[in-house]
Order: sequence, then C-alpha cells, then structure tokens
Amino acid sequence: MHEMAVTQSLLDIVIKEAEKAGAKKVNAVNLVIGELSGLVDDSVQFYFDFLTKDTIADGSRLVFRRVPARMKCRACEAEFSPEPDEWVCPQCDQWQAEVVAGKEFYIDSIEVDDDADKGA
Amino acid sequence: MQIKVLKDIMAANTTTAEANQARLDSHGIVGLNIMASPGSGKTTFILRTIDSLGQSCRVGVIEGDLASSVDAEKVAAKSAPVVQINTGGGCHLDANQMAAGLDNLPLDSLDVVMVENVGNLVCPSEFKLGEHKRVVILSVPEGDDKPFKYPGMFASADVVVISKIDVLPHFDFNLDKFRRAVTGLNPDLLILPLSARTGEGFDAWTDWVTAQCRVGRR
Ligand SMILES: [Zn+2]
Repeated sequence: MHEMAVTQSLLDIVIKEAEKAGAKKVNAVNLVIGELSGLVDDSVQFYFDFLTKDTIADGSRLVFRRVPARMKCRACEAEFSPEPDEWVCPQCDQWQAEVVAGKEFYIDSIEVDDDADKGA
Repeated sequence: MQIKVLKDIMAANTTTAEANQARLDSHGIVGLNIMASPGSGKTTFILRTIDSLGQSCRVGVIEGDLASSVDAEKVAAKSAPVVQINTGGGCHLDANQMAAGLDNLPLDSLDVVMVENVGNLVCPSEFKLGEHKRVVILSVPEGDDKPFKYPGMFASADVVVISKIDVLPHFDFNLDKFRRAVTGLNPDLLILPLSARTGEGFDAWTDWVTAQCRVGRR
C-alpha cells in the first residue's frame, strides 16, 4: 500500500549513488526485501517505471531478492520458519521467538554504464 | 559495472524522524504514535484520554487522515490543540508530515503529542515519525489473529491496547493466546485491555501516559 512513497525514496537513493559514481545510465537495481515488509513487487515496479521517466534510471530493471521470515527461539536458540498462525518453537514448544529475518529493506547494489563500459 | 549501495530505503525518512524527536526532546514533550486499523475506535480513545488526563498532562494531537477533518473537529471541541494532516490518499504519515504537524502546535505548552496515524496496520509501521513510543490499538471485533498477519507492527510496538473489551463475551477473542503470542515476539510489550466506552481498564492507560509525561519533563 505504501509503495509510491517507498519507490520515490528508492529512486532518490539510486540516482544519487549513480551520479556520485559518475554513471551515465542505470541498468538494474538489486533490492533485498523481507517477506514481512508487506511490499508488493508489481506495484513497486509500476511506480518505478513511472517515476524513472526522464531520469538516468529510465528503462532499468528492478531485481527483487525476497528474504523469507525466520524466527529464533529465545529459550533454546533453534531457528525456524513461522507458521501462518503460530510462532511456537518446533524444538521446545515455547512461544518465545524473535524475528531474525524477513524485515530487510535495502538496496544492495546498482548496475550502471559508465564511460569505461562504453569502451570510450 | 556494479556499485554496492547497501542503503536502507527508509534512510531519508529516518533522518527527518530523528530531527523531529530531537525537537520534541528540547521541549520535554513525549511523542506517541497511535496506530490501528480503521474502525478500531482511535478517535474515541484519544478523546477519552484527553478528558482523563485533564491539566495534569497537556495533550496536543496530530490527526492523520485520508481526506476529512471530522476527527480534528472533535478533538478541537475538547479545547486541545490539534493539527489536521490530510494525506490525500496516502496510507500512512511520514516524518515530513510529522514535522509540519509540529510546526503548527504550541509546543511550549504541551507535555504529550499524540499522533493519530492513518488507519491501517501495515504501512505506518515502516515509517518512523520521531515518536518516543509506539502504541497499537487492536479492537476485540478485529480478532486475536492480527499479530500473525502483521508481526512487524506488533514487534515494534511499546504498548498494545486491546480496546472494546466490553464486547468480549460476544466475540471469539482469546486474550491468553494473544498475550502469549505477542509477548513471545516482544517481551517488553505492555498489553492494556480496556474499554473507552465503559471506562474499564482505562486508568491503567492514563497512568502509563502520565508516567511518560514525567519522563518527558525531566
Ligand atoms: Zn525452542
């Protein structure tokens, strides 16, 4: 639901980093997004295509690496994947789990053309 | 050529949120971000909070809403300073909107700023506003399975208010299962079951806010 605002911040970072590196064009953006972020890939893509028009990121691809939710038991330290309606540890039956993966929300890297890539 | 970025997408919002919090701190104000689904009774809850606190803890309100100003008018009728922020369809408040809200409140004469965030349990949890404490309201009719659907919201909360407990006998809401699930996820979480309609359990909430108030004044 909040993809528009998120995509704008994402693009701001991409353009700033690309310009800092002296890149002429952005070809791809590699994202790491946790399952718990509640973000819909297609909708980010939609806003991204729209917002990148007339920028150096026009036509670039978004590559999503999705990180599934993982929990870690505070009682016995076992790691497990949560069920949709319970967070009980499969090893010791305790309900004492913290989220250890699935909340990621960052730009890993960008792929750009610079003068060297063009053979100039 | 690949350029490593490794930047949090929310970095810009987080920076603004930190500035908002510093501003609240300089006035000794405690900021509370109140989040809930639509229809959970946020406004009634805030109105009753203003009444119960009286002059012991002076409340200002930032009302985030999709379009209307109905809630803000109700708060203003209590003579509490209120700022309305219409998001124009946006599903959450962000730190910039919070900053604009603070610009329009009499910060020197307040102890607490309560932000009524836009109603939904997904987006507001991603955007820090500069609040000191995050309060999630979950009403009994919404069901006890909400934490499983929105763990991000419940993991980052400081207080979960279970509202409308006067209707508990009519709904299949398992308070024990709920408590077990969310305190397992977040052991520091304070759970306050109450009814803003009958007043049952409400003192525990006002006591908590009053205690926060003293922290802010130090
Ligand atoms: Zn265990």
